[in-house]
Amino acid sequence: MHGPELDRLVAEARRQLEICNACRYCEGYCAVFPAMTLHRAFSDGTLVQLANLCHGCRACYHACQYAPPHAFAVNLPRALAELRVASWESLAPPAGLGRFVQRRAGATVLALLSALAGMFWALASLRPPSGTGFYAHLSHGAMVAIFLPAFLLPLALLARALRDFWRLVGGGRVRLRHLRVALAEAASLVHLSGGGQGGCQFEKGDRPSQARRFAHQLVFWGFVACFASTTSATIMHYALDWPAPYDFWTPPKLLGVPGGVLMVVGGIVLASLARRADPELGSPAHRGGEAAFRVLLVSVPASGLLLWAAADTVLQAPLLALHLATVLAFFLLAPYSKMAHAPFRFAALVRAAQEREAAGTPRGAVRASS
Amino acid sequence: MPDDPDFSAATREVWDVIVVGGGNAGICAALEAVERGAKVLVLEAAPEPWRGGNSRHTRNIRLAHEGPVGPLEGSYGEEEFFSDLLAVTKGKTDEKLARLVIRRSAACLAWMSAQGAAFQPSLTGTLSLSRTNAFFLGGGKALLNAYYNRARDLGVAVLYETPVRHVAIERGRFRAVEIEREGRRAAIAGRAVVLAAGGFEADLDELERGWGPAARNFLVRGTPYNRGEVLHDLLAQGARAVGDPTQCHCVAVDGRAPKFDGGIVTRIDCVPFGIVVNRAGERFYDEGEDIWPKRYAIWGRLVALQPDQIAYAIVDAQARELFMPSIYPPIRAATIEELARKLDLPVERLADTVARFNAACRPGRFHPTERDGLSTEGLEPPKSNWARPLRVPPFEAYPLRPGVTFTYLGLAVDERARVLGPEGPFEGVFAAGEIMAGSILGEGYLAGFGMTIGTVFGRIAGAEAAGARS
Repeated sequence: MHGPELDRLVAEARRQLEICNACRYCEGYCAVFPAMTLHRAFSDGTLVQLANLCHGCRACYHACQYAPPHAFAVNLPRALAELRVASWESLAPPAGLGRFVQRRAGATVLALLSALAGMFWALASLRPPSGTGFYAHLSHGAMVAIFLPAFLLPLALLARALRDFWRLVGGGRVRLRHLRVALAEAASLVHLSGGGQGGCQFEKGDRPSQARRFAHQLVFWGFVACFASTTSATIMHYALDWPAPYDFWTPPKLLGVPGGVLMVVGGIVLASLARRADPELGSPAHRGGEAAFRVLLVSVPASGLLLWAAADTVLQAPLLALHLATVLAFFLLAPYSKMAHAPFRFAALVRAAQEREAAGTPRGAVRASS
Repeated sequence: MPDDPDFSAATREVWDVIVVGGGNAGICAALEAVERGAKVLVLEAAPEPWRGGNSRHTRNIRLAHEGPVGPLEGSYGEEEFFSDLLAVTKGKTDEKLARLVIRRSAACLAWMSAQGAAFQPSLTGTLSLSRTNAFFLGGGKALLNAYYNRARDLGVAVLYETPVRHVAIERGRFRAVEIEREGRRAAIAGRAVVLAAGGFEADLDELERGWGPAARNFLVRGTPYNRGEVLHDLLAQGARAVGDPTQCHCVAVDGRAPKFDGGIVTRIDCVPFGIVVNRAGERFYDEGEDIWPKRYAIWGRLVALQPDQIAYAIVDAQARELFMPSIYPPIRAATIEELARKLDLPVERLADTVARFNAACRPGRFHPTERDGLSTEGLEPPKSNWARPLRVPPFEAYPLRPGVTFTYLGLAVDERARVLGPEGPFEGVFAAGEIMAGSILGEGYLAGFGMTIGTVFGRIAGAEAAGARS
């Protein structure tokens, strides 16, 4: 993990955290500050860990007596956001691809258009002689041939990136109890609650709001439901010899339709919150890439729902191409898009649980009263 | 901005309550007044990002309570609270007002929460305060943000960058404030005024009157906007003064800190674990007199009395993990001689000071968090605890300067927060916060007590001022 830009971001995060570590007023907001107090000096790995532990709730910025225009210019949400995304860029090979997708909205558009062209080509040239539902347009075998690698390759790349992350942050052996703590924190998004003040301070300046936490929950649980939908369909296809199409009262639809609705609603809310948020408290360089990712995130379930609604109409084939293209782009870009935040954030939560356990206590050095 | 519609509208209005100063006391007064139906204007000298005076640097409030409540553990009764106050002020307190603040503090937690304040458990290393002090989630600036949001929701008007130059009192009754904005003066009329504009700790000229030229080398830990203008304007109109006009609360801060607003991160905590020398390379006070939380406040004054108002705390590698990290890197050297050269101190003198100190240290059990009795023998001045020889390189030094926190001079008030003039209280003139705290805190400091005075008297002043409009 090197390069002039990364070195600069690491140095800036270190400068700011050294100020934070002498102040510590923000300890109650999230996991970053209690983790910070366990260190006196910050290695590059520790900084990357803290950057990935940060959920970008911005509470610390609004509370900070050293925020700009103070000469100390502490803007920790931004410093950590910039380092966080830069760490994903450098950890997911090839590094240049991450930089391109994370920073340029055009990269996601390009990927989506290419996938769309590819899907139309597949529908046109691989059209099966027979089949029902959307298998009339593309056979099950062809879909598996396209999507199995498109699913496994990004997973393998992410696994490799996580392994490198784990080495970088000095992670130890992962125990079930660490995973349990991290899972509880991830599932509840407790670190977007602003330490109990009523949410993050994201889209309404310094006023706390639960909107981002709730919207993220919709997307998260919607994603889980959609994933479960696909899994149930796979089981039904292979284990029960019960191929698609499925009617509404079957697991793939009962999970997929509400899941898709949750993702669409949550994704649209997240996008609108991001538009209202101050770009200076995030990473301005990654704003376009993040916005494009949100569009892609919404387009996957939205096109899926449309496809369901357009079953047995003339729109079925083009919507099938669109939906499959969004899914393809979404998966292939996962290691290089904002989607990378999920595995890295989870790994950081696991690492934080380990560190707390090793320290025995979240309490750090002795501080005089004031 | 002179043509700012808010501003011209504000000058045409006759306000029920004008609050001078947008720190904790002022904003508490504004909230209390607006909740009573008053039309309230807050005049804040600072630009919006710097609003809130020194409250933005605070982190907790000391509150009396019977039994665990919110973030507070155990109980903290009036008598214990008052005896803590007596101990730090050495009796320099107005008992009636002090007991009023302490008694009323018990109701603050619920009121603050209702205004949107959020609390957190006592911070790392401050467990000793978890019974007496409620910590603001995110610190004082976060508290102020919540209060300002609440004030805006309730319809309080706030003008930033609007310092008050004069409080017009005619025949003992408040008439108007004269403000300055973008170089132009204007009068804003009101029925009552709450003065909550702080002390004069940022006015180095005034500090020089008390301290002599030494004051030029002081650093101001907080806001540059507390220049005492409103305080001195009232004193010039015959308001009764309280508190020693020459004194200020002064702690040792890193000499490399900015002139203003360095806040908590510039404080130096390593003194008990090493030695402190002046420009001449000589020690001048017992560095191990007591645990640091009980002694850090005297070191500002000690350094202020040294030549050029500078001193150097020197520790060796054994001490490095024992104190809070500092934002400025230590000046580091492999030998004491090299360190002396880097600090521009007389080399032989410093080497001799360290050698004599090391020779006076005795073997024994070293315990960093309690008075361990590990004392020097035959050394003047002695080091009474934590006296371990400086021998493990690298040696590290931090420059120390006096850092002014607040001043003691203030306006005398009665228990209704009315400012006292030559013939009893002025009509419609109230005071809250640091500007009147000298009555209660005549000397020393008690952690979180400034916020207690500000909150309690802010609320009293706001309620009284709202009542005074009819």
